[in-house]
Amino acid sequence: MSGHSSPMVNRRGFLAAGAAGAAALGLGGRVGPLHAAEPLKVGLLLPMSGGLAREGQSCKRGADVTPGLLADMGMPVQLMIADTETNIDTARTRAEKLIADGAQVLIGAFDSAHTLAVAQVCEQRGVPLVINIAAAPNITEQGFKTVFRNFPTAPKLVTEGLALMKDVFKITGTTPTKAVFLHNNDTFGTAMAGAVNKLFPTLDMPFPLVETIAYDGAARDLAVEVGKAKATGADLVLLVPHGDDCIRVIREMVKQRFEPKAVVSPGSPGMYETQFYKTLGKYSDYCMTNLPWINPKTAMSQALLKAFTKAYPDALFEMNIGYTFEAILIAADAARRAGSNDPKAILAALPATNIAEHVMIGGPIVFDAKGQNTNTRSATIQNFGGKPLVVLPSDVAEAKPVFPAPGWQQRG
Amino acid sequence: MTIDLANQIVTGLLTGLVYSLMALGLSVIFGVVRVVNFAHGEMTAIAMYAAWALFTWAELDPLVGLPLIALLLFALGYVMQRGLIDAFVAKPEHMQFILLVAVAIIMVNGSLLVFGPDAHGIQVPYGFDTYEVGPLLVDKVRLLAAIAALAISGLLMLFFRRTMTGKAIRACADNLVGAKVIGLNVKQLYAVTFGIGAACVGAAGALLSMLIDVMPSSGPELTMLAFIIVIVGGLGSMGGALLGGILIGVSEVLAGYFLMPSMKGMFSFAILILILVLRPQGLMGARK
Repeated sequence: MSGHSSPMVNRRGFLAAGAAGAAALGLGGRVGPLHAAEPLKVGLLLPMSGGLAREGQSCKRGADVTPGLLADMGMPVQLMIADTETNIDTARTRAEKLIADGAQVLIGAFDSAHTLAVAQVCEQRGVPLVINIAAAPNITEQGFKTVFRNFPTAPKLVTEGLALMKDVFKITGTTPTKAVFLHNNDTFGTAMAGAVNKLFPTLDMPFPLVETIAYDGAARDLAVEVGKAKATGADLVLLVPHGDDCIRVIREMVKQRFEPKAVVSPGSPGMYETQFYKTLGKYSDYCMTNLPWINPKTAMSQALLKAFTKAYPDALFEMNIGYTFEAILIAADAARRAGSNDPKAILAALPATNIAEHVMIGGPIVFDAKGQNTNTRSATIQNFGGKPLVVLPSDVAEAKPVFPAPGWQQRG
Repeated sequence: MTIDLANQIVTGLLTGLVYSLMALGLSVIFGVVRVVNFAHGEMTAIAMYAAWALFTWAELDPLVGLPLIALLLFALGYVMQRGLIDAFVAKPEHMQFILLVAVAIIMVNGSLLVFGPDAHGIQVPYGFDTYEVGPLLVDKVRLLAAIAALAISGLLMLFFRRTMTGKAIRACADNLVGAKVIGLNVKQLYAVTFGIGAACVGAAGALLSMLIDVMPSSGPELTMLAFIIVIVGGLGSMGGALLGGILIGVSEVLAGYFLMPSMKGMFSFAILILILVLRPQGLMGARK
């Protein structure tokens, strides 16, 4: 989304927006001094190497620009960044180390399995964990007292993802006849598949799901998986990838001349990432992803975009950046309201979080009794000319949805 | 349904031929030097990175850059044999194992350091082209890669049968003492052989770079694949490597098509176990 045409907001505008948000926070407790003496020590756990490195690095870029913006809002933070190496055990040990090194809040950890491991450490140590990204529902369903998630659960991602599809069909006046579902068999993909298979029959979708195909994301190539999907005769592909595998799927679809009306992800990464556009060029266009996304029309997201574009002119401004920023914002806001950087005080302040002004599409950031933000809201983004644009909901849309997508060979 | 299956079988066959070329290198090295190259997949990954670098920085098509990459890997293999492995040839096998595993680990981490953790893929201009052969759709990249792999395998076999160096290498493999008695420079020939095996890896890596993405973790996976192929085909047998590659390529496709795609890898291991139980010397290996 770099290259927005929306009016740019400077740091002063961001500060004003933040102040408005901070004013709204007053109901959760007392508001601390505009410039706290000690910055909040935030331990950030991300998969910056290994299989999820690209996503982890993307989150890190979001984190890199956050302290400057929060300092302007009187919420100084000091980031302590640790690499989980896309490994559960490493995530757990790095979480222990961050706490031992003085981290007062942990943020992370992108992958659901890693996040669960980190959550256990936080629960034992009484240190709050604010999840930036991780969708497995059991993270907030098992009664952790220290875990707060500003990201939808897999069932919510899928429910909203499928509902948005119906909206696309309605707006474009075209409905597919049958769909095939391809998904990565890792923790995230399996959770999403479980949600799709459970929720699909209850959502009155206008097409049947003829086959579900699980694939190994680390497979050398995905020719057979795509061949199998093509053989179903489906004219809609639901795809839940979790990395480079979406590139391999699309590449094979082009080669095998499998031309469905659209490839739609009901809430997963991959099809809106720089590498996807760089590798596939025109074949990356028209792919749709239904997922939480940055609201292009808020002052705070524009300020974040400005700071991000300045720091990383060639990187894509996308969901990972927004959610990582918001996770740090939530922690800093709780510390400010608590008037203390003590983990216990922050833990006490987190349940009363109410941040009206933020960057992601959706209502105010608030947590239910399980620590789950229930006001997240998905959008449909579609790729045009190598960048993702919001096409739904209409009130924040930047472009109109194109469905069915032009055939592979009909693209310029 | 039948045409889709036939398309998949053709895909498996073509990909299997490229796997064969990679495994051929392992077979050649073991057949002559009697050293099992546990860094084989890592060397393949290095060749893939070389292909990616040439493509990205010099816009050199992997098919064009293939001789250069093969030469580079030949040099790497030659130096590895002379500088490292020679000293271990006569030593217990576990020492060779540890040496080459160490080399493999260094290569994986070196790749991580130089190229980072991301997957790197090559998108040649004809990367999405397909040929229509009757009702079949044949992927152009896979077809070109398979033809190149077959041609290189053929050239390699001609080299071993028709050239003096090739015959001398075969002499070393067949009768080491005899080779020494007639004055062959065994160390030199071993280094050339390791270089040739590595050159096969280089060529296979260049071809594979057009089919699959490379990342540091690709190495161990490719080593395992090469081992499965040569054990199924028969360790030390060039024809066996060819047959093993095709068999694994096609069987993975069939397993994915009729069973579950995520079971593809498991099916290769099932074949491996079956071969080890029924015919331990492999399909074309000589019984000892």
